[in-house]
Amino acid sequence: MGNILRSKRFWLVAPAVVYIGFFMAVPLFQMAYVSILERGDYGGVNWGAFSMDAYISFIFERDLMDNLVVNTDYLQIFARSFGLSAMTTVFALLLGFPTAFYISTQPQSRRNFLIFLVTIPFWTNILVRNYAWMLLLRNGGLIDGVLNWMGLETGGLDILYTPYAVSIGLTYTYLPFMVLPIYASLEKLDHRLVEAAFDLGADKRRAMSRVILPLAAPGIAAGSILVFIPCLGAYVTPELLGGGKFMMIANLIGSQFGAARNWPLGAGLGFVLLALVLISMMIYSFKFKSLPEESR
Amino acid sequence: MKVDASNPLWRFRGITSTAMFFFAYLYLPIVVLIALSFNENRLATIWTGFTMDWYVTALSNDDMLRAAQNSIVVAISATVLATIAATLAAMGMSRGRFKGEAGVSAMLVLPLLVPEIVTAIATLLFFVALGIKLGLLTVILAHTVFCIPFAYLPIRARLEGMDPALVEAANDLYANDWKAFRRVTLPLLWPGILSGAMLSFIISLDDFVISYFVGGAGSTTLPIYIFGMIRIGITPEVNAVSAMMLIVSIVFVSISFMIDRIRY
Repeated sequence: MGNILRSKRFWLVAPAVVYIGFFMAVPLFQMAYVSILERGDYGGVNWGAFSMDAYISFIFERDLMDNLVVNTDYLQIFARSFGLSAMTTVFALLLGFPTAFYISTQPQSRRNFLIFLVTIPFWTNILVRNYAWMLLLRNGGLIDGVLNWMGLETGGLDILYTPYAVSIGLTYTYLPFMVLPIYASLEKLDHRLVEAAFDLGADKRRAMSRVILPLAAPGIAAGSILVFIPCLGAYVTPELLGGGKFMMIANLIGSQFGAARNWPLGAGLGFVLLALVLISMMIYSFKFKSLPEESR
Repeated sequence: MKVDASNPLWRFRGITSTAMFFFAYLYLPIVVLIALSFNENRLATIWTGFTMDWYVTALSNDDMLRAAQNSIVVAISATVLATIAATLAAMGMSRGRFKGEAGVSAMLVLPLLVPEIVTAIATLLFFVALGIKLGLLTVILAHTVFCIPFAYLPIRARLEGMDPALVEAANDLYANDWKAFRRVTLPLLWPGILSGAMLSFIISLDDFVISYFVGGAGSTTLPIYIFGMIRIGITPEVNAVSAMMLIVSIVFVSISFMIDRIRY
């Protein structure tokens, strides 16, 4: 009986698993394989001809004498991506934690509505959201207009197509991912613990730093990783709000399949990005899954 | 946390104002975009009067309509495929534990973990290696992958809350599996299925990065078309098209959430 049941379940689960396996897992392995192939002369790859050029060219380039010299261009793009993602995570936390806390202290019916409001932008088109920021940030745009109207002669805000614009856009795009897990951990928080802290003479600052924040730490960690990781792979925001001038990793990868026509390099960079993401996920789950149940 | 919000002890300085700022930040761009799409002025940001002209211009643009049609074809195909696969998978996963369950779960949410750009180029390379011509078909195949988890999660959640005794009772009353599914499981599960289907539809409709890399000539979807328009410049037509996309997404998600809250 058990075997029959199990085989029935196998057939239920199979279509989805086989589909994702075939159209996602296999392509990912193939991408890793392409990254160690030789680049084709006219784009594409020479199937079967192996080369580590993609990984070498990540750090070195050949000069006119055919010597390898260090080339920091790509490393800079990685550093910028990490910097922008870290900055975005901090901004999202500064805005997201108070908001999650605010929502968790509201009456139940209003909470659900506020959480719904937080999630809506996530479901809207990412191009449209970033385009809306172009309308706000550009010279002569809404924010510029308001500042001028208030008498601050900006002489053109000059913020669109800068890393600041990219950072504002990234924060905007990934904010909901910060609020939701923090809210989830605050919602479970036993308010009597906070009241006990007050009764024992803690002021608000201490109650926050010694009771609420530590209890919300798993939510903060989850939120930070949910913001940081997609940020690292952001494509649309740097493309539109950075004007293509401030590439992040994803744009560099994308360009290898467009104008640069270097598929092995693109595949190698993609593989590195995927590895970074999976490693951070593993560190996260290793660190937080081992905590006792109550503190999660 | 159940707190008495009127108790001043629960008022921390800066919390309410930050939350207000948060919601303003979240909705300002959306409100501004929709407002400007009705602005008569060609130079987009100065308000000179109300007009629907840009919507008329946008809706009479053949290229845009073709792109919209492609988007809808892709979204419907991917949604149907993903929802069927996800419903079956959710049912398979709901009956107790089994060996390899963790691996199967991980596989079902894998598309949510992999960065979009990586999925996009890996899928592109895969289709090129297989010699499949890039077009609507490749876009549909690729969309189905990331639609599966979006359909799966609400269906799974719904099943989780369902009493397994109901199906057992049906079986005891001599219903075969198909009958038990059709007469017991499905009527209870449909809000989950519908909500999952609507979420995958909207996720597919809104996707840009994967369609951009996996598509070819003739498979321009609406987001790709909008991207092309934005590249050329900020125009009132872009505002109108964008506002329409926003509204479609918001309406769909709202309906999906309402369906999801229907009680058993």
